[in-house]
Amino acid sequence: MGQVTMTVNGKTVSGTVEDRTLLSTFIRENLALTGTHVGCDTSQCGACLVHVDGKAVKSCTMLAAQANGGAVTTIEGVGTPAELHPVQKAFKENHGLQCGFCTPGMIMSAIDMINRLGPNLDEDTIRHELEGNICRCTGYHNIVKAIKQASEEMADVLEAAE
Amino acid sequence: MTSEGIGARVLRKEDKRFITGNGNYTDDVKLPRMGYAAFVRSPHAHAKVRSIKTDAALAMPGVDAVLNGHQLVADGIGNIICGWMIHSKDGSPMNMGQWRALESETVRFVGQAVAVVVADTLQQAMDAAEAVEVDYEELPVIVDSRDALKEGAPQLHPEAPGNLIFDWEIGEEAATNAAFDSAKTIVSMDIDNNRLVPNPMEPRSAVASFDAAEEHYTLYTTSQNPHVARLVLSAFYNVAPEHKLRVIAPDVGGGFGSKIYIYPEEIACLWASKRVGRPVKWTSDRTEAFLTDAHGRDHHSTAEMALDENNRITGLRVNTLANLGAYMSLFSSSVPTYLYATLLSGQYNIPNIYANVKTVYTNTTPVDAYRGAGRPEATYVIERMMETAARQIGMDPADFRRLNFVTEFPHQTPVIMCYDAGDYDASLNAAMKAIDYAGFASRRAQSEANGKLRGIGMSCYIEACGIAPSQAVGSLGAGVGLWESAEVRVNPVGTIEVLTGSHSHGQGHETTFSQLIAERFGLPTDNVAIVHGDTDKVQFGMGTYGSRSGAVGMSAIVKALDKVEDKAKRIAAHLMEASEGDIEIENGELKVAGTDKKLSFTEIALAAYTAHNLPEGMEPGLKESAFYDPTNFTFPAGTHICEVEIDPDTGKVEVVNFVAADDFGTIINPMIVEGQVHGGLVQGIGQALLENAAYDEDGQLLSASYMDYTMPRADDVPSFKLETTVTECPGNPLGMKGCGEAGAIGSPPAVINAITDALGVEDFAMPASPSRVWQALQQKGMKEAAE
Ligand code: FES
Ligand code: FES
Repeated sequence: MGQVTMTVNGKTVSGTVEDRTLLSTFIRENLALTGTHVGCDTSQCGACLVHVDGKAVKSCTMLAAQANGGAVTTIEGVGTPAELHPVQKAFKENHGLQCGFCTPGMIMSAIDMINRLGPNLDEDTIRHELEGNICRCTGYHNIVKAIKQASEEMADVLEAAE
Repeated sequence: MTSEGIGARVLRKEDKRFITGNGNYTDDVKLPRMGYAAFVRSPHAHAKVRSIKTDAALAMPGVDAVLNGHQLVADGIGNIICGWMIHSKDGSPMNMGQWRALESETVRFVGQAVAVVVADTLQQAMDAAEAVEVDYEELPVIVDSRDALKEGAPQLHPEAPGNLIFDWEIGEEAATNAAFDSAKTIVSMDIDNNRLVPNPMEPRSAVASFDAAEEHYTLYTTSQNPHVARLVLSAFYNVAPEHKLRVIAPDVGGGFGSKIYIYPEEIACLWASKRVGRPVKWTSDRTEAFLTDAHGRDHHSTAEMALDENNRITGLRVNTLANLGAYMSLFSSSVPTYLYATLLSGQYNIPNIYANVKTVYTNTTPVDAYRGAGRPEATYVIERMMETAARQIGMDPADFRRLNFVTEFPHQTPVIMCYDAGDYDASLNAAMKAIDYAGFASRRAQSEANGKLRGIGMSCYIEACGIAPSQAVGSLGAGVGLWESAEVRVNPVGTIEVLTGSHSHGQGHETTFSQLIAERFGLPTDNVAIVHGDTDKVQFGMGTYGSRSGAVGMSAIVKALDKVEDKAKRIAAHLMEASEGDIEIENGELKVAGTDKKLSFTEIALAAYTAHNLPEGMEPGLKESAFYDPTNFTFPAGTHICEVEIDPDTGKVEVVNFVAADDFGTIINPMIVEGQVHGGLVQGIGQALLENAAYDEDGQLLSASYMDYTMPRADDVPSFKLETTVTECPGNPLGMKGCGEAGAIGSPPAVINAITDALGVEDFAMPASPSRVWQALQQKGMKEAAE
């Protein structure tokens, strides 16, 4: 058992965890942030994806202790029902989700993708970059459309800011 | 109607909670004093359980109890049942082996639960489960269904001699044989349908609690049909009488059939929650999901088709061997029989059909309905046969299909089904146009110039949804009625709650069902709440599977809305001193036709509840319910065309073009329907190219994780072109047919027809993985070189 402290969605949190406790478990069980999902046990599905210090991380592959001192963003920290992030909005507008289980991971992955590769992503890039996220419902068609739209909208935002 | 009525692409009401991480899935539920369950599972596919030692586990920190099957049976918990009785052709009932939620004598598949540990934390429960010592005596194993009926095969269940569950037939054998005797051409094939694992992304989960004072249980669970779960848990598993058991299926992360059934884990959690006196949670990990969620498909068939001199089909003969796994799951018997062989006529006029289906036990995970359930297997048989027949007689596959299409309705097939409406030419034409069928030859030449092989393949599927009517399915062996219920509650301020027995686990009912109210009353969908998934709120329902929620679930809502509308109109007529027949409802107002007199829906609702001035003898309130029992199945149909490009150096198959032209009857929300098609197509393409549940000869599931079971990912599939043609279903008030499974039904044969076209081979077994395609090309090259 050890003590960990980190910033999650801008708030400092701490908790006592076993050495083997995964970051995904800490987020879901200790912090009750249940938007981060667990869909597999081999780090293949991406349902658990969060950002740690600005980078996309599968929270089931990281120990809570490894995130000690870090800054974690989960789906709950991205936007609120009243004020959606452009990627969240694009998922809704393009019907990029059905059961919603993969969705938080998909959105976190999409934000990371746009942050890393810049706006105006093409379909091939998006499909390739989604390699670490599985969706069983949507057939990806509308997820790809949603990310494309969001990446274009974010380009507009950047342009307007220039 | 308003802009949110039938046919509008209304954005989903439910999305906000999902995109912001505010969904509420079963594993998100936490109850005070909750303990965690971990199951002790068999590592062997077939073994006697000699002893279960629990002392070490019980002594571990935080452990409340280690419970086994002896205690379960002593407490009177019933065996797990199959709810659809099938009789063999000799009239004998199916041979159902005994299945206990926790097995204490003989385990029959890897992963079968033997005991359950409850502890303070999940880690403690898992550690203790590891410490339970089970002594097994290994027994010989059957994995492949083709070995099950062999003489000398190991016997799995005493109730099923020779491992045969039933030997069933449909159609006229003698007449079909006669058609073959006089055939000009006979086409025959061996056709396999590979075993799949449904894999909804949310693993199954259960949170059970017992209130000792009230002797009342509550179960949160990942169910597609919470009322059916309660019925079965109560009537057959003796957990508690129905009024002492509440089942809640909150947000559910996909089902695809696998969450219809009531599994050992839910039963064990309920039972354990009383035994240990605290709420108990269990959530499957992905490995457990692979081992214990009911699998799909796994058929071996031989099929023969007879043609006359005009290339018209005169007969179809099919023999199918279906692997039901180690135990009979809830609807397992209906899948390879009434959901399969009744669709073998496809879109075609086939005067004589005979099918024989044998089902067997093997030491594998139980098999039951998975998206499409029987209909993908039937479509695969008939559409592979159509393609092969066309090639054999040298006809264009589209022309051959068209020549044999059913064109007049109603059409009675020789295998029970009576097709009520359709236009198969229309969907075939739409698909051919959308994919530019005529331009294929030049695209193929282009691919060849680039060193690639290109092929095109189609599939003209038909399926049956909204399985019904209750009386008919009852006579065929169903243990339940297949109607649906609905209740429409108008609140005093005019907002509306619709309680439905359907369950949404991705289908978007909260939106689609609200659109119906928008259509009827002109109210915004925001004024409507859809309530589902809780047996305490909704009186009863049959749940969501078999693409039934539109055709059956919404029809029940329509019936309840008819009654609400009728009462609202009577109140309006009374208040405005008009005759009832003159009242019209439009844009949320009730108007007297031809006058400017009107009252808002809210005013009528309020009047119904204040009850100060109602027509003589009328009861206060505005709330109506209805049960709807369909008169027939519905028959969605369409054409899928797939174009593939194969890299001969790697064997990789790329789907470069895919068109689906579907006739789903009336469509409420095209956006949601398209999403259903996309998802189904990728599951079907996944089956054809990637997915396969493979066992080794000892019965170990080799593909038990996402490392070994190839789930389709975004870059394995293309974007799709979708077309819609519409013939309304005459059997229900909205003319709906259902759209949830069509994608998974139509696509596998289209993909394989395209691959065999590209490779120039007659057949290719699913899944067409790169290594197998590459091998086939090598063999063919060697064969051609040798010739
Ligand atoms: S739960 Fe982390 S990748 Fe699947
Ligand atoms: S929306 Fe259900 S898994 Fe993606």
